[in-house]
Amino acid sequence: MKSAHLKRLEAESIGIMREVAAEFANPVMLYSIGKDSGVMLHLALKAFYPSKPPFPLLHVDTGWKFRDMIRHRDMIVARYGFKLLAYTNAEGVARGINPIRSGSQLHTQVMKTEALKQALDQYGFDAAFGGARRDEEKSRAKERIFSVRSAGHTWEPRNQRPELWHLYNTRLTKGETVRVFPLSNWTELDVWQYTRAEDIPVVPLYFAAPRPVVMRDGQLIMRDDERMPLLPGEKEQLRTVRFRSLGDYPLSAAVESEAATLDAIIDEMLVSRTSERSGRLIDSDEAASMERKKREGYF
Amino acid sequence: MDVLTHGEKSLLRFLTCGSVDDGKSTLIGRLLFDSKLILEDQLATLTRDSRKHGTTGEDIDLALLVDGLEAEREQGITIDVAYRFFGSPRRSFIVADTPGHEQYTRNMATGASNSDAAVILIDARKGVLTQTRRHSYICSLLGIRHVAVAINKIDLVDYAAATFHHIVGDYFGFAKSLGFASITAIPVSARFGDNVTVRSERLSWFEGPTLLEFLEELDVESDIGDRPFRFPVQWVNRPNLDFRGFSGTVASGSIRSGDPIVVAASGRQSRISRIVTADAELPEARAGDAVTLVLADEVDIARGDVLARPEDRPEVVDQFAAHLLWMAEEPMLPGRSYLMRIGTRFVPARITTLKHKVDVNTMEHLAAKTLALNEIGVCNLATSTPVALDPYAENRETGAFILIDRFTNATAGAGMISFGLRRATNVHRQSLSIDKIARLHRNGHKPVILWFTGLSGSGKSTIANLVEQELHSGGAHTYLLDGDNVRHGLNRDLGFTDADRVENVRRVGEVAKLFTDAGMIVLCSFISPFHAERQMVRELVPAGEFIEVFVDTPLEECIRRDPKGLYARAKAGQIKNFTGIDSPYERPEQPDLRLDTTQLSLAQAAASVIALLQERQILGWGGGGRGDTQTWI
Repeated sequence: MKSAHLKRLEAESIGIMREVAAEFANPVMLYSIGKDSGVMLHLALKAFYPSKPPFPLLHVDTGWKFRDMIRHRDMIVARYGFKLLAYTNAEGVARGINPIRSGSQLHTQVMKTEALKQALDQYGFDAAFGGARRDEEKSRAKERIFSVRSAGHTWEPRNQRPELWHLYNTRLTKGETVRVFPLSNWTELDVWQYTRAEDIPVVPLYFAAPRPVVMRDGQLIMRDDERMPLLPGEKEQLRTVRFRSLGDYPLSAAVESEAATLDAIIDEMLVSRTSERSGRLIDSDEAASMERKKREGYF
Repeated sequence: MDVLTHGEKSLLRFLTCGSVDDGKSTLIGRLLFDSKLILEDQLATLTRDSRKHGTTGEDIDLALLVDGLEAEREQGITIDVAYRFFGSPRRSFIVADTPGHEQYTRNMATGASNSDAAVILIDARKGVLTQTRRHSYICSLLGIRHVAVAINKIDLVDYAAATFHHIVGDYFGFAKSLGFASITAIPVSARFGDNVTVRSERLSWFEGPTLLEFLEELDVESDIGDRPFRFPVQWVNRPNLDFRGFSGTVASGSIRSGDPIVVAASGRQSRISRIVTADAELPEARAGDAVTLVLADEVDIARGDVLARPEDRPEVVDQFAAHLLWMAEEPMLPGRSYLMRIGTRFVPARITTLKHKVDVNTMEHLAAKTLALNEIGVCNLATSTPVALDPYAENRETGAFILIDRFTNATAGAGMISFGLRRATNVHRQSLSIDKIARLHRNGHKPVILWFTGLSGSGKSTIANLVEQELHSGGAHTYLLDGDNVRHGLNRDLGFTDADRVENVRRVGEVAKLFTDAGMIVLCSFISPFHAERQMVRELVPAGEFIEVFVDTPLEECIRRDPKGLYARAKAGQIKNFTGIDSPYERPEQPDLRLDTTQLSLAQAAASVIALLQERQILGWGGGGRGDTQTWI
């Protein structure tokens, strides 16, 4: 059963999605395979029922997603009959950019931010849904639900349109696009409780299981394949871990956990004392790191 | 915590008003901190940032938790609205943290627009200040019904009851005119946590609730009550020929399957046959539910329509009075056409009268010709077609609107409707027996507005004159409007400020429209520097009856020609607001015709205009009873 609180969030998100379908010529939904994307996709199926969601999914594939994530993606697409566009920055691949040798910053810049911009330009999408939530991070707390990007996809945090009531301003000037965040007002706990209430499939990596990990800079990094070399002194060990947030595999740290069911995950989260993005290595460069990436066009 | 009880929680959205000096961000930081929603890694960042930017010495500066943008942390102020989330075992909360300075009034209004309640902070050392009045007024204007007045920094006045009661007396004295349903005053110390989430022994004289208790116990559901049913149609759901539904969110009230409904604007009626959601068909939809309604009859309904019960309809009007908060850098100009969004409807609208503006600090009424950024005015507005609406005080969903700048697409204003000015349903246009078609055959040409725009000295009037001569000799009915015959009479009262330029063009547009109604070709030669007004005239007449001719002569060339010596005087400072010198000219982006006078002779330019009229089939409708004249026909 959904609580009154979850029903209100669900209705608000559905309203946002319908608004995009009604107002934009060529929308797309960014699908990152994680739990937030899962909820977003589920809401899209509900919002347009009995019609199908009138937009494709776009997955920006850096080539470094966990293998479990790609399997999950293909299963979901097949089950619901979505059209999936998987986009990889071919130029980045040709330049040999990767998270291990190039470092997290350059890798994220080229294979995620640049790739996303290329994909949006190539298909001419005027609106792109993202699953970001305001409770994730401080600069996201200030982002609009309909967040206008200037030509070049940059975000100007000091020049955002005021957003009153549910009266979204969907008008764009030539060259502008909009990122739309239907889960803006959801928290991590809401996402998990809704996932449980609606029985939404999630990637198995969220559940605790014995996995091969190495301890690096105080974080547990899973070796998903042979591309990640061991540093001197590092030893691969089998530990029971799970992920709270999923990104590229060498850049997403696991937490030790025994939580192997949705109920256990929710119980664990209610007593947790660290934030979900603490395992995202790309965030911790400095306090305003997310704001900078977002200005450049990151989701 | 028991997971299941968490699932039963309700949601409260509230805003906090106050400036950083009042300790607003510290208070929110305290709520998050005490409800254990600040996590270890966030605490590590906070400790690092406190040393760098903090104002609390060695203590953690809780304010830094909520000021999210780099500029905010550096300047120690809240600029933008930030949304924060926390929960108690009884409720989930969404806090809109809004800035308190006067130059951020629009941000505060934004936070208030989606809130059920407000927490207004007062510094116990300073008492009720100008900003307290401002914050309270804006909350009341945006329809907030419940406020908590948190008298903060009570630690700095030694937890004195007398100080608290004195401030409370002051506050109630001025706030009683604001119409809040409830006001709850609470003494707190955000920095030390007294009476925020836990009762303080140092405030044992205070018998009211803690701030958290107030937020947990506030009943906002009963405010919504049994409002009339309103359903703005958001999206027509048509997966195949067998299903046609109307998707949207119930704005207020409720509806059951089988109930009769009416489309507000058209008056067409039907019945609800099904209420569809992906989970199940529902017997009833209530305020806040996102559903798809299927009707018993084929009724013409589109996005933007409002469904209601036949016995309880919204007003359908094209003129109404409203409070308007201006949110754009560029001032509001009466007469200018803006795009209005109300519900799911977009419609061109303009401010017909600015009755007065309101000083947000004193609530005094002041005479005004425009509204600047963050100013609030009481206006009359007119829309191009009638719209369904309710007074904001009765319905926040159907009584609120935004205005969008049609050139930049920025959100320029936010409005709260006071009442409809004229029931359009009671006003029927006189049906005229001689219409445009009848005149077309008599005249041998279609009516049209030829709108010549360009800088002073670009050659607009000269070309327009040549075109008129040519048309006239071909037998067309023409009239030429230009600065000379308009500025000296009809618009004698107007100067050259932006506001007056807008009104000038509006009046010219209306006159030109009357002439086209009479079947004539109207040539208008005006600098008309702003895109928005040219667009406004275009929309006054049916599609195709407005032709924009851009006489594109570079500024340097106009200055060189300077036929009336005006540029020389403007440059000498003798003429103010001269287009191209100290007043802007917005070039048409897609004129119907662009005349480059550095490439074309005047005769060639005029010939291009005639050629366009032939191409568009404005000319050549012949057959009138005028065989004795040489005609175009």
